[in-house]
Amino acid sequence: MFKLLEGPQTLGRGKMFWSCFLVVLAGALAYPLFADSYDVGNFAYFLIWIFMALGLCLMWGYGGMLSFGQTLFFGIAGYGYGVLAINMGGGSATIAALVLSVVLAMIAAGILGYFMIWGGINGIFFGIVTLSATLVLAFFLGQTAGPEWHIGPARLNGFNGMKGMDPLTVGDFYIEGSALYYVMVALIVIVYLALRMLVNSGIGNVIVATRENPQRAEMLGYDVRKYQLLTFVIGSGLAGLSGALYTSWGQFITPSSIGLPAAAMPIVWVAFSGRSDLTATLVGSFLLLFGFQTITVYSQQAALVLMGALLLATVMLAPQGFVLGIGKLAADWWQGRRRRGDVVADAGRLQPEES
Amino acid sequence: MSAELFSLFYQFADVFAFLILSAAGLAIVFGMMGVINMAHGEFIMCGAYVTVGLVNLGVPLAIAQILAALTAGLIGVLVEFLVVRRFYKRPLDSLLATWGLSLIVTQSMLLIVGSAVRGIGTPEGSFAIGGYTFSTYRLVLFGCAVAVLAGLYIIFMKTRFGVIARATMQNAAMAKALGARTGRIYAISFGIGTGLAGLCGALYAPTMTLIPTMGATFVVESFVTVVIGGANVLLGTAPAAVFLAMIRMALNASYGQIIGQIGMLVAVILIIRVLPEGLSSVLVRRGR
Repeated sequence: MFKLLEGPQTLGRGKMFWSCFLVVLAGALAYPLFADSYDVGNFAYFLIWIFMALGLCLMWGYGGMLSFGQTLFFGIAGYGYGVLAINMGGGSATIAALVLSVVLAMIAAGILGYFMIWGGINGIFFGIVTLSATLVLAFFLGQTAGPEWHIGPARLNGFNGMKGMDPLTVGDFYIEGSALYYVMVALIVIVYLALRMLVNSGIGNVIVATRENPQRAEMLGYDVRKYQLLTFVIGSGLAGLSGALYTSWGQFITPSSIGLPAAAMPIVWVAFSGRSDLTATLVGSFLLLFGFQTITVYSQQAALVLMGALLLATVMLAPQGFVLGIGKLAADWWQGRRRRGDVVADAGRLQPEES
Repeated sequence: MSAELFSLFYQFADVFAFLILSAAGLAIVFGMMGVINMAHGEFIMCGAYVTVGLVNLGVPLAIAQILAALTAGLIGVLVEFLVVRRFYKRPLDSLLATWGLSLIVTQSMLLIVGSAVRGIGTPEGSFAIGGYTFSTYRLVLFGCAVAVLAGLYIIFMKTRFGVIARATMQNAAMAKALGARTGRIYAISFGIGTGLAGLCGALYAPTMTLIPTMGATFVVESFVTVVIGGANVLLGTAPAAVFLAMIRMALNASYGQIIGQIGMLVAVILIIRVLPEGLSSVLVRRGR
């Protein structure tokens, strides 16, 4: 089973890659020991969004489905966590709220995905319909300011957002600060490795085959719609995980984390990083989130202008993604140095321009 | 009784005008090049700001609106030349590029202009039928929407440019081989599309608050109209708008704006399940 950690669909293999992975992981685990708690909280905040980016990478880079609806499912699970945590009372019930809210997002993705995928929507329209649904949810939640908008004791509160839910709790212990950070790191490692195994497994090969040519995959006997729906549900579920963790982290959520420009952010991260590889997405998204947060302190608008400029620059200069491009250059250089003259055959295959 | 009927028509006309005006520009660009212009909302915003700026300088409203549409059209041609042109073979990348552009424009406007600008009031004038009063300007908007449809029909069906443009839509490579300058056709069509977006902003500028993010209020309507219209935008857009306006009007009247919008979205999702190619596919099939 662990053989699947390496394969044709993911870059990075061999001792070199995994020792780098372990060094980074060790660094991440040691980080709270010598950083102050404010920085650790900030780092946990960056890590929240990584799930959403990995989910989009799976759908877009591997499945060829460009979903603009990551923040839709982020919002469903984020609000879902809030409503459930308030209604079920705090304490350990918050863990159940987290799981249920992610399941809720996946069910929503299943319904929306069924209509789109069985309707044969693909390419540009897939993005347009998911974005429309996202914006409608944001508008809807934006006008729920009145006291009549509540689910049990949980008030939705319109643009000001919902607040007052407990953070993740086990017994009497609030998972906050370093504890939350370690939970995030553990979840990211699990999700990252699980996704690597998924895309290198038989299912992953069908997903990639569908991206390359849906008709051919269908002719080979696969019901591509089921695989697409599965990809969409997993990818959107990861966005939901981000949403639930976000609400738990800050104990509030507002419609502005669903609508524009928030909806564009996952696209920028993944496009900039290199959508066709999970590792590139992981690294690139983290770097972008870090940079974005640094600039946001001074001016949020300036940070968003920069994000827009990065998106434009990526599609114009490096459609495969900057991080992936740089990573490939480095890998080629390394391999070239080791066996000069050899043709670097397995440095990873580029996917075709469209998709 | 006739007053009620007129009231119904008035509500329908209001939504219909909104759908047509906000979608026409997007539909032209999509139909012509297969490109969804994500900065569509920003061209609408541009039209609205230019209109209000000119009116505040003392230019009469109607002239300001025409100038605003022309400005948006010219900026569109420029954007086509600088950005969109590179992506005709990669429609998804053009969508991302225009989205990046939209982020840059909206946030820069927030930085430079600030959140709100002094608006201009809706032009006065109302009339009464039976017990109801109606705003004249809303009917003017409906008239403009019909005029836009008629204008597009004439441009694309009755002029030489239209013939070449439709040929380019059907098969760009073949049209090019026959001597049509497809690059120029694309640029002009993109300009027409963004000009129509600017016109939409200009026409709605007096009726709404101007904020740099106002484009977002139009994009859902324009997207779903184009999606439902289907691939043949010249045929599909108007029936799609009629259909969606009916649903929207019925829901608006009984449950309010937001349910109207949600209902419209649900209708769209149900329709693409039944008619993935959009309404125009049915019409094309009937026509054969």
